[in-house]
Amino acid sequence: MNWDWDAVRDFMPLFLDGLAVTLQALALGSLISFTLGLVWALLMRTPTRWVRWPVGIVTEFVRDTPLLVQLFFLFYVLPEWGLTLSAMATGVVAIGLHYSTYTMQVYRAGIEAVPAGQWEAATALNLPRARTWRAVILPQAVRRVVPALGNYVIAMLKDTPMLMAITVLEMLGRARLFSQQHFQFTEPLTVIGVAFVVISSLASLLLRTLERRLVR
Amino acid sequence: MSVEFSNVTKRFGDNTVLDHLDFSVKPGKHVTLIGPSGSGKTTILRMLMTLTEPDEGTITVDGERLFPASERQVRAVRRKIGMVFQQFNLFPNMSVLRNIAEAPVTVLGLSKDEAEARARELLELVGLADKCDARPSRLSGGQQQRVAIARALAMRPQVLLLDEVTSALDPELVAGVLDLLRDIARSTDITMLCVTHEMNFARDISDQVLMFDAGRIVESGSPEKIFNDPEQERTREFLGAVL
Repeated sequence: MNWDWDAVRDFMPLFLDGLAVTLQALALGSLISFTLGLVWALLMRTPTRWVRWPVGIVTEFVRDTPLLVQLFFLFYVLPEWGLTLSAMATGVVAIGLHYSTYTMQVYRAGIEAVPAGQWEAATALNLPRARTWRAVILPQAVRRVVPALGNYVIAMLKDTPMLMAITVLEMLGRARLFSQQHFQFTEPLTVIGVAFVVISSLASLLLRTLERRLVR
Repeated sequence: MSVEFSNVTKRFGDNTVLDHLDFSVKPGKHVTLIGPSGSGKTTILRMLMTLTEPDEGTITVDGERLFPASERQVRAVRRKIGMVFQQFNLFPNMSVLRNIAEAPVTVLGLSKDEAEARARELLELVGLADKCDARPSRLSGGQQQRVAIARALAMRPQVLLLDEVTSALDPELVAGVLDLLRDIARSTDITMLCVTHEMNFARDISDQVLMFDAGRIVESGSPEKIFNDPEQERTREFLGAVL
């Protein structure tokens, strides 16, 4: 096996395009899944079952079906219903939605881990419910769940190659394209492998810093 | 402000913690609830703070009925009542100062400056003026409980509920907290309901002592009577065990 640095160099423009797509998908996917997951978790705590039931059913359904199926569904079926998004937007929405059903469970656990005494103190001080959530419960819950959310960022990163299936070419897609044109597989695949490791590590580092900040 | 329990029963499963209880507290009085663990004392405070509901009977605060009551009524009653918990229950994500100033701002509508000035005064009172910016986790248990007392007082309650406030403290920290509460009892006209196992403290601050056992009041009277000359065998037995 020969390692060809020229191939690495030739792959760079394609690689950087792919990297931009991967990072964008990861950042937006994380943003959507973190926000939507929290919304689900809060809706599941409303007293009316007419809210809890539909939310429970929808999120269970999304969690129990493969991301790839959801990508295809959103990409091919939504336009038939008159809703056309770009391939990238579709991919980001699918990843964010899919992972929100996991982060929802993380938030739930985090919220339940806040001691009952915190709710009681808030009641004793007569704090309004919304204020109790915002100032007392959520800050404590979120701090607890940052490490678990970090794991899902890495899982999400490793799912971004699925976007290939709906024509979005992230890192793996570009590597495949390059390989088919140049019949060189080792270099592009190695480059993106290393890139995945580096992005994961940086994301972990970022989240650990955030965690330390929050814990203080 | 007066508090009245009439025919109140509370069960947890098969366990009756309060059994057709009647009692009342007159404005400005300091009432101490003593008795063995599980005799329903804490439940009384928790019901007044609306943390738990009675199964039967009525509770009125200043003539206003608590259960059932509209959200507005409940909030109006809570506004007059403050509570200090066994486990302090300070908000760990806020500084000491904000723990105290949070509710005066969001509930009473004080400006941030007013609320913080009031919080600083109270921290002075409880001897922790230098801890404004500390997180609760940096404080000792005794200091945390003094902050919790300041936090309750910041709402200017007419009734203060003290739920075994020294039970979770290291022995050498108990005296500081009790001295502070003695001061407050002496220098204010706040109505106090106090569940405690500190009998000397109960003797010092109480106008009336209620002896509980198995969800009923066994005996009640002045501290002199209860501690020096109890009528009931059960009271003698209990006091013999704890004193």
